[in-house]
Parts: sequence; C-alpha cells; structure tokens
Amino acid sequence: MTAHQQIVGMPVPRKEGRDKVTGRAQYIDDMTLPGMLHGATVRSSIPRGKIKSITFGPGVAWDEFTVVSAKDIPGKNWVALIADDQPCLADGVVNHPEEPILLLAHANRHVLRKAVESVAIEYDPLLPLFTIEESERQAEIIWGSDNTFKKYRVEKGDVDSVWSKADYIVEGEYTTGAQEQLYIENNGVIASFDPESGITVWGSLQCPYYVHKALMKLCGLAEDKVRVVQAETGGAFGGKEEYPSMIAGHAALLAMKSGKPVKIVYDRMEDMAATTKRHPSRTRHRTAVDRNGKLLGGEIEFVVDGGAYTTLSPVVLSRGTIHAGGPYYWPNLKISAKAVATNAPPHGAFRGFGAPQSLFALERHMDRIAATVGISPVEVRRRNFLKTGLTTATEQTIHEPIDLDQLLERGLALMDYRAKKERFRTENESATRKKGIGIATFLHGAGFTGSGERYLASVVGVQGLADGRVRVLVSSTEFGQGTKTVLCQIAAETLGIPFEGIEIAQADTNEVPNSGPTVASRTVMVVGKLVQSAARGIEQTLTAAGLLNEGYSRDEFCAACAKYVAERGEFKSWARYEAPPGIFWDDEKYRGEAYAAYGWAVYIAEVTVDLTTYGVTVDDFVALQEVGKVLHPVLARGQITGGVAQGIGFALYEKVIWQNGRMQNGQMTNYIMPTSADLPAIRVYFEELGNLHGAFGAKGIGELPMDGPAPAIVNAIQDALGVGFDSIPLLPEDIFEAVTKRSPGGGR
Amino acid sequence: MSTQGTRCEISLTVNGETRTVRAYPMERLLDVLRLHLGLTGAKEGCGEGECGSCSVMMDGTLVNSCLVPVLQAQGSKIVTIEGLAQGSQLSALQQAFLDCGGAQCGICTPGIIMAALHLLDHTPRPSDQQIKEGLAGNLCRCTGYAQICEAVAKAAVDESRE
Repeated sequence: MTAHQQIVGMPVPRKEGRDKVTGRAQYIDDMTLPGMLHGATVRSSIPRGKIKSITFGPGVAWDEFTVVSAKDIPGKNWVALIADDQPCLADGVVNHPEEPILLLAHANRHVLRKAVESVAIEYDPLLPLFTIEESERQAEIIWGSDNTFKKYRVEKGDVDSVWSKADYIVEGEYTTGAQEQLYIENNGVIASFDPESGITVWGSLQCPYYVHKALMKLCGLAEDKVRVVQAETGGAFGGKEEYPSMIAGHAALLAMKSGKPVKIVYDRMEDMAATTKRHPSRTRHRTAVDRNGKLLGGEIEFVVDGGAYTTLSPVVLSRGTIHAGGPYYWPNLKISAKAVATNAPPHGAFRGFGAPQSLFALERHMDRIAATVGISPVEVRRRNFLKTGLTTATEQTIHEPIDLDQLLERGLALMDYRAKKERFRTENESATRKKGIGIATFLHGAGFTGSGERYLASVVGVQGLADGRVRVLVSSTEFGQGTKTVLCQIAAETLGIPFEGIEIAQADTNEVPNSGPTVASRTVMVVGKLVQSAARGIEQTLTAAGLLNEGYSRDEFCAACAKYVAERGEFKSWARYEAPPGIFWDDEKYRGEAYAAYGWAVYIAEVTVDLTTYGVTVDDFVALQEVGKVLHPVLARGQITGGVAQGIGFALYEKVIWQNGRMQNGQMTNYIMPTSADLPAIRVYFEELGNLHGAFGAKGIGELPMDGPAPAIVNAIQDALGVGFDSIPLLPEDIFEAVTKRSPGGGR
Repeated sequence: MSTQGTRCEISLTVNGETRTVRAYPMERLLDVLRLHLGLTGAKEGCGEGECGSCSVMMDGTLVNSCLVPVLQAQGSKIVTIEGLAQGSQLSALQQAFLDCGGAQCGICTPGIIMAALHLLDHTPRPSDQQIKEGLAGNLCRCTGYAQICEAVAKAAVDESRE
C-alpha cells in the first residue's frame, strides 16, 4: 500500500453528482423501451370483504387491454418476504383498502384511468379493524389466531422485586402516528419478458435481491431467469425496501401476459394511499425510581400497528423493542412487544425502523420521571446513562469508551442551554410567544439485529479492470445517501489509488453479488468493511503475482492491474461477511449482542409556541452524535440534516388522516412536510470514537437522526408551556385544545 | 382531460432552440418537454404544483410545468435544467450544488436549481432568509435544505466574482 493519502474523511465529489445537477440522471420514469405498454392497478375500495363479482363496464375497448388477475400468476401468489401471507393480487378476499385486485395495460397511458374506473367490483363486506385497541379486543379475528404478527419478550433481572423498593412509580402512555416516507419520486418499475432470458425489471428500489427473490417465486422462474436492475432512485427512506417487490411483480405479470415491456409508475395519490408508511405505535411505561431519580426497574409494553399483512413488521418491532430502553442502564427491565393486524395497507420500513417510536416514548417518559422526582431533564439522564462496562436492555456489555456525560455536556454548551433556559423562564411569564428547550439522548444500533448479519452472509466483489481501474461490485444501492461515493472512497483508500480510479457497478443482479439490502444503517459499516477486505484481496493477488512491490505508486498499481488482466483474464476478489468473534445472540430469549456497534447522540431543540396561533416553530437545533469515523463530512452532515428535518415533520406537521383504513390526505397539498422556510439552522456536530467493526472505524449513520428530534421538540414544548404532550404528530389544534382545557379563560 | 380536442402545432424556444411539436392544447408542458422533446430533467413529483420538481423558466418566470397547458407556452422561451451547462462546463449553481452537497437523491435537484436561478436573477446577493423563502415552493425530502441554501449562497458569491 502506498503512503497514506486520506481519501477517507475528505469531501470528494459525489460519484453520480454531475448527472444529477445536469438533469441527465435516468430515473425510472425517464426510461422508455420500444413497444412499451403502461400498466395500472385496480384496487379494493373497501377495507375488508369477499369479492362477489368483477364486471368490466361499457364504453371501454377491453380487447385492446392486457388484463391480469390472480388466476394469471404462473408461480405462487405471494409477495415473498418474511411470511407468505400477502398476495400479489387479491384472490377472492380483500384485507385493506387499495389492495391490488386486477392489473391493466395499454399502449396509451391516457386511456388507463377511465378503464380502471370502469371496472366494477361487488363485495360482501366483513367487519374491519382499524386501531391497535380494536385489534387487541379481537371482536374479529383478521389475521392468524389472535391478530398478532409477532411478539417479543425481553427480561433482565427481576422487575417484580423492585416495586416495593421504589420511591416513585412513574407511569405513562405514548403514541406516534403513521408517517409517509414522501420520497419525491413515486414508486415505479419497467418489466420486460423474453421466453429465453426471462424477466428483467428496472426500478426505483433499495433492495435488488429482495425483488429478485420475490419475482422468482411469483413468476415460477429459476434464479438465472430473473434480472433486477436499479434505476437512479429519487429517495426511498425505507419506502422502497419491500414495496418494490409488489409493483415489480405487477409489471412482470403484465409483461409476461402481453409479451411487451410494461411500465408502472404511480402518481402521488396512488403512492400515498397504497404503499407503506411508518408503523403507528403505542408504548406504555411503568418505572420504579429511587428518590435521586435513579432507575430501579421498569416494564415497557410496545405495540405497533402492522396493517393487514406481515411484511416487515416482525423486524420493525424487533428494532423498536431493543431500542425501547434507550441509552440508559436498567438493572431490571421487562419489555413485552407485539405487532398487531389492522385493515389498513401494511405499514413498513421507514428510516429508524421502530426505534423512533419506542425512543419517542422513552425520552418523553424520562422528562416525566424528572418532573416527578423534582430534578432536571439533564440530571435524570446523567444519573442513568449507560457507561462502558454496563449492560443494555438485552444484556449486551458496552465495550466502547463512550462517555455520554461528556457528550451531553458538550451538547448543552453548544446550545448555551443553561443561559437560555434561565432567560426563557423569566421572559415567558409575560410573553404570548413562549420559548422552551428540550433534550433527547439516544442510541441507534448499526447493521442487522442479532444474528441478522450472519444469516445474510453478504458478499462483495472488487474487480481489477483491463485499463488499470478498479470497480466495486455490490448490490447496495444509491438513493441519495452517498453509497456509491463512500464505497469508492473506501476502495481507493485501501488500495492507495485516487478516488477517480475507482468506479462502482450499477446494482444489477446479473452483474453484482448480493451484498444484502440497503437498510438498517449497515452499508458503510458492514458492506464498507467487506469492500475493504475485497480490495485488499486485489492488492495481495497483485503482490503475490510479483507485479506489485511495497510502497507502489498509483501508476505502478494501474500497470500491474492492467498486466494481470491482460495475462490472466477476469480479475475479481470477493469478501463474505463473517461474524466477529465474541458476538452472541439468543433469538429465543432476545438476549445478547443486539448490534455490533451503536451510534450515540444528544439532540437539543429550542422552540417557540405562539399562543395566538398555537403554532410551533423550531428556532435552533443542535444535533451532536458519535458515529465512529466520519468517512465523508459533507454526506454525513447531509444525512443528519435530512433526518432531523424528517424528525421535525414527524413531530409537528405530518399527520395521516385515516377514514375506514384509507389515507384521506394523500396529496402534498394536505399532507404537510417541512419546506425550507419551516426549518431552523440544524447545527450538526460529530464525535469520532471509531469502531472496530466498520471500515476505517465507521458506524451506521442514516437512521440515527430520525430518533431524536420528535422527543426533543415535544420536551421543549412542555418546557415552554408547562403542559406535556404524549402523542405525535402534535398539531396546533392539539396544543390549543390542551392549553385551553387547562385554563378555560383562553389559555394565556 | 389533457388529451381532449385535436392536436395542434405549437412552437416554442427551448434552451435557445426553436422546437415545434404536435400536441393537444391542454397537454401539460411537462409532458411535452419530457415525452415529445426528450428533455427528462424536469420531474413529476406530485402533478399538482406543490413540490416544484417540474420547475422550468418560461419567459423568465419560474413555472410548475405540470400546471401549464402547452398552448399557453406557444411562442415562449423555455429554459430547463438541460440548458444550464455550457458543454461540460457546469453553471455556477450546478457546481455549487455539487460542492456543497445540495443534491442527494437528485430528483428535486433540477427543479430546485431552476428556482435558485430565478431567485438569483432577481436577487443577485440574497440573504439567508431570502434564499429560504425563494426555495419554499420546492420540496426536498433528503437534505433538510441546509446544504441547498448554502449552495445557492455560494453560487451567488461565485457568480458575482466572474
């Protein structure tokens, strides 16, 4: 390896950046194939029932359309993921509004809307369930034997013994609403079918091999007869983790039946109404605390609404469960968690994946504990922080030298917390615009939970090319985070060659190995480490072949690589994930090393609540985190500011209005996400402790910033008003109601 | 409906070139740019003028091209994202978006760069608040806008230097 060049840690240009700023980047709706048809979906208009009849109405030239129903499915009618319970097309029964029933395709996309509206479906309605509570009451059984997709139980110590010793027992119930991912590019795919080569799908997606597996099962095709290619993807945030398997299946079925390529691109309303959202949740805390505010033990009950089918709910529930105890030391803890069924479209992956829900509850509860005991929100956290050598909720011993006291102190200093707090206390008395300041401290595990990475056994390739350049081969996808850039930085740094000398293959299942899904804040840490290993393999091979000497120059590397390819042909090096030693996880008892590494954070929000409009503005925001080595400062900061913005939306703006299981506000006009004018300066700071398990010491970063903003903001609102809120989204009308209820004189 | 009536010939200047298309009068300018002229830089995010991904300049005004019937664009001068770079030389705004991390997934980027161009045309040295307000009609879900606003501020400085 050459003397170190330090590409890692530098703000190198984004690999696909030029294409994006010039408008040349090809997203799925920018692509057209010759003879291509356009597809559309006929969906259920009711939440639950039996399909009695389907009638193709008059005034439509039906013989010009390709029509696909469940009967046309050559393989199994499941969207293959965790459980085989979600049909790709409803067959006789529907379990949620917007469930796909029929598919139509036509060369002229303008005739599709009328055709979809002309299909009349008659149902025998069945009683639907819409809330966690209705599902729990089990007046109807809509899934399995008890409406429950999955349960977990975590037990640490002996909680039953603590209640009698407690100075205080603090109880609270907290809820979070559904949240739409709201990527600006809707879901879309193009499928083409050829009897010889099989199905090819291009799409806006996160996980090419998820779609690959689903299409094999649905179409009854062998592994080599299915090819999935990621197009440039205009945002995902989890929303394109599992759903692309559904829409890709639909396009594939239409392509197989029509013999022509078929494009399906949803419009905004269809995307909002039919695809996944963040799981609504309810968390109950009962906590035993001593007179100093020290946690003696607690019971946490965590429930998420999974919607009508299993999809990813068991894994979302798992992450939410493990994070429910937060960055605190609980000597005794019992967590019972479940994901329940309702007749809403399935809820799914969204940045944070269950953790923003359970951490919202915990961080609100910590403020409640502080108020009960009579200590400050800072102090209650400080007295309970996890420290090196202590164990988490799953009894994982913290080995890294994390110092949360110091992290919190730095966050407070950056916010000028104590001076502001004092100033607001005096100024608020006479003000109608009341100011407050709130804290959230939290952690986020990087990579798959427990044994997940071992099961995935991801594979990465690095290829030496004939011109001496190097190509990274991964199925890990770019959808804004900077995957392509950072993985190329890692390869360049490892090999000691320039960043420009590295390219990355398109995520095409015919070209790249399965490096696992692009989820769970795992790409930089887990896949990056494999890129590092595979790149080392390239260097070692060249050295062993006598083509490269120690202390080689960039030109020497290029020449050696080119020579190797010229003499011996294809030159690829592979790396497969192996669990680090000492990682133990018990899936039965939910105990052990839940994650190879955690990111740690202190977020502090300063807000103003206007008692004329009851609107909340976030005036200042400090986001301080320890995420291991920061490989690219601009991209890393972009992940934090973007995540915080989504967190602010989750807390204050983004409310899904449900009616009979259907989203009523499926437009950007009435589902409100933050604009540039709504957000404060989001001040981002990093601590870099490093991480043994990640490439060059990196940890995951993508999901962490989603966890903290909502509780920090709601804690700040409580600080401003003296009124606590336990549900988000928290809209002006909710604040109005609570404040005016408390003081009937008008709330001032 | 966008396809009602009979097709008519419509001429417009797009990125400095005169183009003539046969289109339905109520077809959306966005579709004419993307489907008739192959300029796919402008994107459809919402189809109702809320997200700004389809923003283009029409006679010097920023428009949501999903809301403009092409008949209305007859004889107009349109500038799209494809018209900004001179060969391989990026415009100051494009370069600043690259340098500052203003583009993440990139789907909103063409529209936001057009909105920024419009802002700088009218306010060459905008304050931070003017930038935030100038871009408030364009939604971005990735960045939290911080790096976009920084890119616009940087482009304003870079342009005044040139």
